Amino acid sequence: MATNPVGAPLQRPVQERENVVIRFAGDSGDGMQVTGMQFTTESVFAGNNIGTLPDFPAEIRAPTGTLYGVSAFQVNFSSRNVYTPGDDLDALVIMNPAALKTNLEDLKQNGILILDKAEFNEPNLKKAQYTVNPLEDGSLDKYQTYPVEITKMTTLALKDMNLPNRSVTRSRNFFALGVVSWLFNRPIEPTLNWIKDRFKRNPEVMEANTRALKGGYNLAENSELFASSYEVKPAQIAPGVYRNITGNTATALGFIAAAKKAGLPIFLGSYPITPASDILHELAGYKNFNVYTFQAEDEIAGVGAALGAAFGGAIGITTTSGPGMNLKAETVGLAAAVELPLIITDIQRAGPSTGMPTKPEQADLLQALYGRHGEAPLPVIAASTPADCFYAAFEAVRIAVKYMTPVILLTDGYLASASEPWLLPRVADLPDFKVEFRTDPQGFFPYLRDEGTLARPWARPGTPGLEHRIGGLEKDYLTGNISYAPSNHEQMVRVRYRKMAKITQEIPPTKIDGPERGKLLVIGWGSTYGSITAGVKEFQGQGKAVSHIHLRYLNPLPPDLGEIIARFDKVLVPEMNMGQLLRVLRAEYLVDAVGLNKIQGRPFKVSEITAKIARMLEE
Amino acid sequence: MSTASAAKLTRKDFVSDQDVRWCPGCGDYAILAQVQKVFPELGVPKENVVFISGIGCSSRFPYYMNTYGFHSIHGRAPAIATGLKVSRPDLMVWVVTGDGDGLSIGGNHLMHALRRNVDLKILLFNNRIYGLTKGQYSPTSELGKVTKSTPVGSADHPLNPLLLALGVDATFIARTIDVEAKHQQDIIKRAAEHKGATFVEILQNCNVYNDGAFASLTDKETKANTQLVLEHGKPMIFGKNKDRGIRLKGLTPEVVTLGNGIGVSDLLVHDETDPVLGFLLSRMTPPAFPMPIGVIRVTEKPTFDALMNHQIQDAMEKSGAGDLEKLLHQGDVWTVK
Repeated sequence: MATNPVGAPLQRPVQERENVVIRFAGDSGDGMQVTGMQFTTESVFAGNNIGTLPDFPAEIRAPTGTLYGVSAFQVNFSSRNVYTPGDDLDALVIMNPAALKTNLEDLKQNGILILDKAEFNEPNLKKAQYTVNPLEDGSLDKYQTYPVEITKMTTLALKDMNLPNRSVTRSRNFFALGVVSWLFNRPIEPTLNWIKDRFKRNPEVMEANTRALKGGYNLAENSELFASSYEVKPAQIAPGVYRNITGNTATALGFIAAAKKAGLPIFLGSYPITPASDILHELAGYKNFNVYTFQAEDEIAGVGAALGAAFGGAIGITTTSGPGMNLKAETVGLAAAVELPLIITDIQRAGPSTGMPTKPEQADLLQALYGRHGEAPLPVIAASTPADCFYAAFEAVRIAVKYMTPVILLTDGYLASASEPWLLPRVADLPDFKVEFRTDPQGFFPYLRDEGTLARPWARPGTPGLEHRIGGLEKDYLTGNISYAPSNHEQMVRVRYRKMAKITQEIPPTKIDGPERGKLLVIGWGSTYGSITAGVKEFQGQGKAVSHIHLRYLNPLPPDLGEIIARFDKVLVPEMNMGQLLRVLRAEYLVDAVGLNKIQGRPFKVSEITAKIARMLEE
Repeated sequence: MSTASAAKLTRKDFVSDQDVRWCPGCGDYAILAQVQKVFPELGVPKENVVFISGIGCSSRFPYYMNTYGFHSIHGRAPAIATGLKVSRPDLMVWVVTGDGDGLSIGGNHLMHALRRNVDLKILLFNNRIYGLTKGQYSPTSELGKVTKSTPVGSADHPLNPLLLALGVDATFIARTIDVEAKHQQDIIKRAAEHKGATFVEILQNCNVYNDGAFASLTDKETKANTQLVLEHGKPMIFGKNKDRGIRLKGLTPEVVTLGNGIGVSDLLVHDETDPVLGFLLSRMTPPAFPMPIGVIRVTEKPTFDALMNHQIQDAMEKSGAGDLEKLLHQGDVWTVK
């Protein structure tokens, strides 16, 4: 699929690689996210499997050139399976000294380092806290360093356009992308098309970016800058229609698909919070799918309005991140008491408090499981990859309406903005679950439960003969009227637990990646899926009895989990927290499981997982 | 809303089978009675009526109305009601709240529901005390209020609910009193007919923790001198002998006695549509002034729920009802063979 867009034959040797991990890093105003995403698209068109990791600061426009203003985007592209954005870098593209300082430690020895030479000037070096210019002190000798005149050459390429300097420097990232596209034999047509579409209302910028991209490509091709180029052959990929998707977009689409299957409108009540806001933005664009999006006055009103809409018969959804979960907790308790469907989505980020808002963590699991007043058990579902957010969101809605219960959906800041190619499902293959509201007044009681699910009837206002009152006060087991009877309260608490137990009938037999029994079982949940999968596969490739289970249902847990755990000598639970699932598993199954805990606002590297597995196998 | 089935309804149709659990003598009984009396006249089928409340004595209200009801959490009723009304514009949604629920813990939600002009009928029972938690002062208690939590008197200046509503440009603002049955019925009817967020402050006596808070307004002997009953287009006259009135001196209202060269034509004439007058009236409080009751201010503007639903209808007309297959396939897609 890879073609040379400018038509000239490549003069230099092409080295083949199985996979390459590259990172673009620059100032937060340097357009690194766009560059990374476009490089991803080019790689997808080149037929590779990909994994991406955007990494950006919380500050919208941090002061230029500072260490904390560095924004980066990492892409792993491969001719084999890809489970993660990659560990150490084969190539690093640097737009300024600050980006060099914060990213260099991840570059492999002898890795490719491309940097913009002109940016290594006195003021920039000072801002990046370099006392000596790293281009001159030999500290970059262990890398293949290519100082390219990115700024200077971009200026030259745009010279006759008479643009202000500021506009010229804004096209630098496309020049860099052009250079790298040639180096790795990526097709630049997808990016040329993207520029055409993205800047169709601004022909000057379109022209500038087009020239910069082509300029970079041509410089790499026609100069003696690189001795060779690299190629990563297309991967064996399952046939079908694909699109590249981020977790937040997938979550939004999963909600829409589920609401469509339920035959109901969506009501999203939300308050902007990083990294969840994109779901609100996304859903706000789909009003023709009968989607109401309500930007509430606060987190509490967001979930409250969603619950009110659920009372009226809509799919009530709220989206937030950790601190917002605390604010919503009281309403979630009410939702548990009145037994209405409601989806509470937590895009977890590093905490406590504001913590590191743009960085992922898995530290809200215990909050999701237990973070309410009184006994209020709820189903908790977690997504494991960006595309999997679609299915997790869909499942959350399905469980909520079938069992008349709030459901907590957990993703995280990594899944939210990372992307992967998604083999699109056929709409007909997604399960149907058309909702039928209660309309018959004969024998109606608000809390008369379905035997199979223990769900109470969904009786919407507007239905004649079903007028009833619900609320937070404890209710009579059948009539739903206020009841303080001691035995009734215990019966109600117990039935709310029994309903969770019923939900186990929705959980398919647990998929074990690896042997059914053996030395070590690695249990994960959420966004650690990729790192754990890649790590475990290394040992399986060596014939070791190491298996992996990744949990979608955190509550209720899969009914076969205890029995599977018992078939392994050791259990390892890697988590981006201090050991929350670990605690649950130890309590639930009395298993002496061991944790691997990383709390750095960054996903696990595969090497971190493999190192721990290796140690446990030796012990 | 069809009115065919509603026409035959009586007060009893709106009475639920639940025992009313307010303290004997509570002003809430009177309010419940007036609401139940008025509802058959509204011509709305009872299945289309929803009462939503927060927490507090007033918030028990939905349990006693034989309509749909939701007794929710402290302060959050306006938020919950907003979600319901927006997604179900066919319903008539009422919010019952109190001075603690609506002005303290839930002040934010009340403010924003009024600001957005969500078509909600909000009744705020103001008894100037916390009843359900057994007698602490509230945001409308007078400065220096001695309660269990303020043994030497509260240091808080009280909040004026009508000024809050005016401040966020609420489209219907009124005040009435629990024991004034006829007046209350009229106001509730006016509120029901208004399209948009309605805010009705009902002065209500808590006979256990703040008995007599409004005694001078409700006492048969004094009330003619302490109430100013507002009527649109009528001069502001009050007093046992209808001989006192409100006159404007510069930008300040003053109480005058008719006669001695002061005639009715010198008095302020109530204009419900005038926000400046609404402001002056809202600031008039006893003992310097009689307490204005009635409709303080009415205006029209598009409701939030209507605007939200228009956006959805527009989108459907422009782009057609959403097609899921197309949605999934939008953007850069590619086929692997």
